[in-house]
Amino acid sequence: MALLTPNAATTPHNVATSNNKKSRWSAGVAPYAEMGYYNPDYEPKGTDILCAFRFVPQDGVEPTEAAAAVAGESSTATWTVVWTDRLTAHEHFQAKCYNVVPVPGSDQYIAYIAYALDLFEEGSIANLTSSIIGNVFGFKPLKSLRLEDMRIPLHYTMTFQGPAHGIVMEREYLNKYGRPLLGATTKPKLGLSARNYGRVVYEALKGGLDFVKDDENVNSQAFMRWRDRYLFCMEAVNKAESMTGEIKGHYLNVTAATMEDMYERASFAKELGSVIVMVDLTVGYTAIQSMAKWCRANGLILHLHRAGHGTYTRQKTHGVSFRVIAKWMRLAGVDHLHAGTVVGKLEGDPNAVRGYYSTLRSAKLEPDPTLGLYFEQDWGQMPGVMPVASGGIHAGQIHQLLHYLGEDVVLQFGGGTIGHPSGIADGATANRVAVEAMIQARNEGRDYLAEGPDILAAASRNSPALRAALEVWKDVTFDYTSTDTPDAVVTPTA
Amino acid sequence: MRITQGTFSYLPDFTDDQIEAQVQYCLDNGWPLLIEYTDDPHPRNILWEMWGMPMFDIKDPTAIMLELNACRKTLPRHYIRISGYDRSLGRASTMLSIIVNRPPEEPGFHLEREGGPDRQMRYTLRSYAADKPSGERYQ
Repeated sequence: MALLTPNAATTPHNVATSNNKKSRWSAGVAPYAEMGYYNPDYEPKGTDILCAFRFVPQDGVEPTEAAAAVAGESSTATWTVVWTDRLTAHEHFQAKCYNVVPVPGSDQYIAYIAYALDLFEEGSIANLTSSIIGNVFGFKPLKSLRLEDMRIPLHYTMTFQGPAHGIVMEREYLNKYGRPLLGATTKPKLGLSARNYGRVVYEALKGGLDFVKDDENVNSQAFMRWRDRYLFCMEAVNKAESMTGEIKGHYLNVTAATMEDMYERASFAKELGSVIVMVDLTVGYTAIQSMAKWCRANGLILHLHRAGHGTYTRQKTHGVSFRVIAKWMRLAGVDHLHAGTVVGKLEGDPNAVRGYYSTLRSAKLEPDPTLGLYFEQDWGQMPGVMPVASGGIHAGQIHQLLHYLGEDVVLQFGGGTIGHPSGIADGATANRVAVEAMIQARNEGRDYLAEGPDILAAASRNSPALRAALEVWKDVTFDYTSTDTPDAVVTPTA
Repeated sequence: MRITQGTFSYLPDFTDDQIEAQVQYCLDNGWPLLIEYTDDPHPRNILWEMWGMPMFDIKDPTAIMLELNACRKTLPRHYIRISGYDRSLGRASTMLSIIVNRPPEEPGFHLEREGGPDRQMRYTLRSYAADKPSGERYQ
């Protein structure tokens, strides 16, 4: 049965009956599955791009036909048979759904689809996504659709620049090893004058943070134009370096309306000696790739804020999983990407977040359904992206953060620095003491997750700043059920 | 001032036992240790002088502590750091770096500002100690 108009195949020239299958090339509408978009015998090649889609078919639509339609609409197909397919090696170019699996305890299915490498332009996220998520999400025969994961073959990965510098180079550039990096987002995020903004940056860096950050919506508004912000922030960065003997940075957000504006701002940041700039995900894939190229050429680290992603990553039955966005952004070439905190104020199931972090940092991944990883993934020697944990975290959670997120991560405490009762610098010091004490304990072989509160209490005996932070935020947790959890197999999630 | 480079500069200076525990952690990970020293603490002075070769073949933390204490005895007024290094594919970098000796006085840095056009500023960081020739600093 075809999806659109079940009787459309009945024409004077082609009378299709249930036991008399019409020719593949008869004009009219044919089931996608019969046009070759569903092929359970297909064995994916090492060079294929593989996708896992979660979908719910409309009532009366066979899951295999719906899955074949996804393969068709995201590759060569249109709604009706076209003879011009016969001018091409269509069997090669058409995507093939090779497996459809029901999700336990739901009306959902996972479709596994293979795409030939030749369907895609080298090194272009825009082209990749225009195919894979271009048209298909609005397709009427599906109630819902979500891209869960992708396997990008190394053959395709190698056509992308990848991170402008990557985790290892960033650490060597900053001369900082062996512990998570520490950051904070300036608060209030909107409304501060450039001069006052610079004050917040200075205090936080002097107190012990490695980075301070513009927020995603700090661009160039009337209350603080970008050029003024850059000048005051770089005064703060340089002065903090002189007070600590450490390299410091402030993510100067270059997000703007046009590429020309972004290049102008990034160039000014470079002239002023900033080690890092940032863009928002809202600027689009191509603009991100352009900035990554610029950052590689000009020696600046590129921080990416995932502004807007929640609109399409959070709901399990719609959009694109964040693990896919993480893959695309590693290919696109960012050095930092916000990827969740587990314990903070924003969405993030612990297993799913572990999957995102592995995707950003690992060289090679095996499929692991408990982490939401549907496929193996080989990154070759493409450097890792430093994940950033930001949103409602504080010094009292350091043991949990280290346990869930590991060492190659930027922990960003905005409120948890600036809201400290005895000032921003003390807030920064509290975070730095906490993280160093926890790393020390971990390296000494202690069970730091269980003993975390004791380790912090002991460290706070030498640090009034940490003592005050623990007192203020000791009971703050954000314990809500996650929306997006791995469930393709039955797994316990926190 | 206190220069806060290194993994643990916000904690009180480590005792020898605490340093040895971190050395053991590096050895457990298969990371050889390296001892370096300098009298120029500029944050972009990456190339501290090597106290001998990286200790690729020394797996005994006591032997490494002996080496460290020999360095401290010879250069009591220098910055000395001990670092663990991971040679593995895709990393090939320092994994841990601890300042284990400091000069008794750390005079800090002068931040030089050279005013430019359009309110731009050029910044130069200069260690007060480095005004003197190498070897005569921190005396």
